[in-house]
Amino acid sequence: MASASEELWILGIHMTKFGKHPDKDLVDLASEAVRGALADGGVTMKDIGIIGAGNLMMAMAPTGQMVQKQLGQTGIPVYNVSNACATGATALRVACMAVKAGETDMGLAFGVEKLAGAGLLAGGNRSSDSNTWTPHGRFGAVAAVDGRIGTETMPGVFAQIGMEYGHKYGGTSFELFAKISEKNHSHSTLNPLAAYTKKMSLDEIMNDVMIAYPNTRPMCSANCDGAAAAVVVSGSKLKTLSLEQQKRAVKISASILTTDPWEEACQILPNVNTLTRNAARQAYEQSGVAPSDLNLVELHDCFATAELVHYDNLMLCEEGGAADFFNSGATWRDGSTPVNVSGGLESKGHPIAATGIANIWEVATHLRGEAKDRQIEGAKIGLTHVIGLGSACGVHILEKAAA
Amino acid sequence: MAEQIPLVDYLVLGDHPHLEANECTACGARFFDRRNACAACENPEFKKVDVATTGEVRAFTIVSFAAPGIPVPFVATVVDCDGTSVRANLINVAPDPEHVSLGMKVRLATEVIGTDDNGTEAVGFGFEPLGG
Repeated sequence: MASASEELWILGIHMTKFGKHPDKDLVDLASEAVRGALADGGVTMKDIGIIGAGNLMMAMAPTGQMVQKQLGQTGIPVYNVSNACATGATALRVACMAVKAGETDMGLAFGVEKLAGAGLLAGGNRSSDSNTWTPHGRFGAVAAVDGRIGTETMPGVFAQIGMEYGHKYGGTSFELFAKISEKNHSHSTLNPLAAYTKKMSLDEIMNDVMIAYPNTRPMCSANCDGAAAAVVVSGSKLKTLSLEQQKRAVKISASILTTDPWEEACQILPNVNTLTRNAARQAYEQSGVAPSDLNLVELHDCFATAELVHYDNLMLCEEGGAADFFNSGATWRDGSTPVNVSGGLESKGHPIAATGIANIWEVATHLRGEAKDRQIEGAKIGLTHVIGLGSACGVHILEKAAA
Repeated sequence: MAEQIPLVDYLVLGDHPHLEANECTACGARFFDRRNACAACENPEFKKVDVATTGEVRAFTIVSFAAPGIPVPFVATVVDCDGTSVRANLINVAPDPEHVSLGMKVRLATEVIGTDDNGTEAVGFGFEPLGG
């Protein structure tokens, strides 16, 4: 049985193609990911001791049990979780914590979302508009405040987060943010599972529809359908499995979830920086890995403006140096720290709850040497990052098996 | 003159419109919403304090897509009012990158956002360029 000093490994992992799946419902997508992960790990539902099930848009539904009812009802505990855009990472943390705590030696996590065709997310709670002004809620507002007192829309919030970084450190511009998007759209051309795989020129990106300056449409994450699932196994259990399973297993050297500590302004404009920096710091400590050791990073580019600040938050560059770091070419796939070689959320897509496991799949696939055309040669160590506004940040560090 | 009501309860109308924060009596952290306790130090006691009516744009975006009924484009911003951050729109300025810049100096301004069936005006606030 596992113990608190137990190592954690990914035994099997799978993601569906991201994009439009009009003929598949939530359970179909989740089932495809879960069956794929179980098959990849060479195990079945009977081997699994716990399920962390992630979904955001239908969070009231018992998604984990709905999947069990299609794939195998074994009576094990299911934790249905929702944690904004960190939902997938949170589901994975549930499996990791259960294995780490010794409650089981094998756990399953999945995240699934049906989001194709969804419009602008968040913002626009118009319900308080009425025929006579009546104060409502914690601000005593007589009308909806979104759009009247700043913006609650995601593109607008993250635009300000990028602009704030520029104000603090300089070096940013509309063009710089657009170039980050150009990189990710270029990377996506090599990823057959991405929702969008079209290369886009800087001109095309900058002249596309403006959503919230400086984010144009291709600089925003793409709403789409998708699912991803992972089987987590304890180190001691892994030793009892086949050599082939051991060889393809990917070590979880760090698994961290943080929330935002109080700071001035954090309830005015979400502060996505400190909790990411805290998660990264804990992850580097837990794993003994340094940022310079990373062969690839999948970070939460929900908007081009967000990717920039996370170079800094994940300590991939010197504090304040994110613009210079990007301009050096470091984060392109042939650079020193390739970031979002999957195409990132801007082109691979962002089926919210799936994202925090799909990014693990991307890194694991490179560490296994199975990423085909987009393989980062010799990749041994990678980092994944997601952030959900509210806020929650998940960071995982993964390492190739020694064998 | 029509009766007026502020858009939010932390906007104080009158001859000198200003924002009012809930300040933690123990650590000085400031909040604009109704509080249960201080998120910084857990103290449940607060006092009302006036927030500076001038400040500096710390971050902004120009929103082109918003909820139905919200005129676009508009400028959403975070203004640093002498150490207290405030979320607001920038008003009385052209909503384009040529007229809005990081670090620009602004001051609080109010505007009527609508009139209800009783003839009461709701008054909102924003920030406008200083000396503009």
